[in-house]
Amino acid sequence: MTAHRGVIPMLIFFVLCNTLGEIAMSYGMKRVGEPQSFRPMALLRFVWAAAKNRWLWLAIPMLAASFYSLLILFSWEKLSVVIPASASNFVVGTVFAKYLLKEDVSIKRWLGVLCVAVGVLIVLRSGGH
Amino acid sequence: MSHEHRLRFKTFVMVLLMVVCSNAGDLMLARGAKQIGDVKISLPGLQHALWMTIQNASIWIGICFLIGFTLCYMTAVSWADYSFVMPAGAFGYAIQTMLAIVVLHEVVSPKRWIGVLLICFGVLLVGQTKPNTTNVAVLPS
Repeated sequence: MTAHRGVIPMLIFFVLCNTLGEIAMSYGMKRVGEPQSFRPMALLRFVWAAAKNRWLWLAIPMLAASFYSLLILFSWEKLSVVIPASASNFVVGTVFAKYLLKEDVSIKRWLGVLCVAVGVLIVLRSGGH
Repeated sequence: MSHEHRLRFKTFVMVLLMVVCSNAGDLMLARGAKQIGDVKISLPGLQHALWMTIQNASIWIGICFLIGFTLCYMTAVSWADYSFVMPAGAFGYAIQTMLAIVVLHEVVSPKRWIGVLLICFGVLLVGQTKPNTTNVAVLPS
């Protein structure tokens, strides 16, 4: 298993913050919509609309917490463990997309998620420092 | 050069830049975090780590690379299919493991390689599915 005993709880915290932050960002941005053009005034209107969206204000602190927890993981564990383990985002993200966002998840995508989950478990059990 | 060749060439360049920026960004973040040392989970420990993070050049370089990655990614998906751009993300896990061996001199066991390759395959499968299955118009605010 991993060398530092805090790695697994911190990884869970990172994945939850990252996934929920990205879902809130995606949900908020879909409500805001795309900019009508790339002219300065249209972009300003787009930024203003985004700034008024409460989902984005929920997403930003969560993504900041996920970034900081990733740095903590890097300080504790090898890069060759942290980066592959961070792929568990795909697993949690797909489960949340299915049950929170009511997205249709195909068998092929579940199969991919299963491969990622098994891969992450193997990486985490492959030894620490 | 035909329109299709030009499109293929600029997508290839953008995907290459994405891979370079993403890998270099994570590598610099990891290097910076190692320079800071083990972070202690307590209020003074986290405050100290935050202060050290702000002062660390490697971490700032890493952040710049990751901003570069985001810009390249957004540009690439604005003209190329998501399913064409996505595999670059999948192979990033394998490239990152190679870089960890070469640059950070980490020892990677065959077991870990099997895990990494399984993750690459899984991400590749996820990337081949339909990127959009919901109707934006029905989302509540």
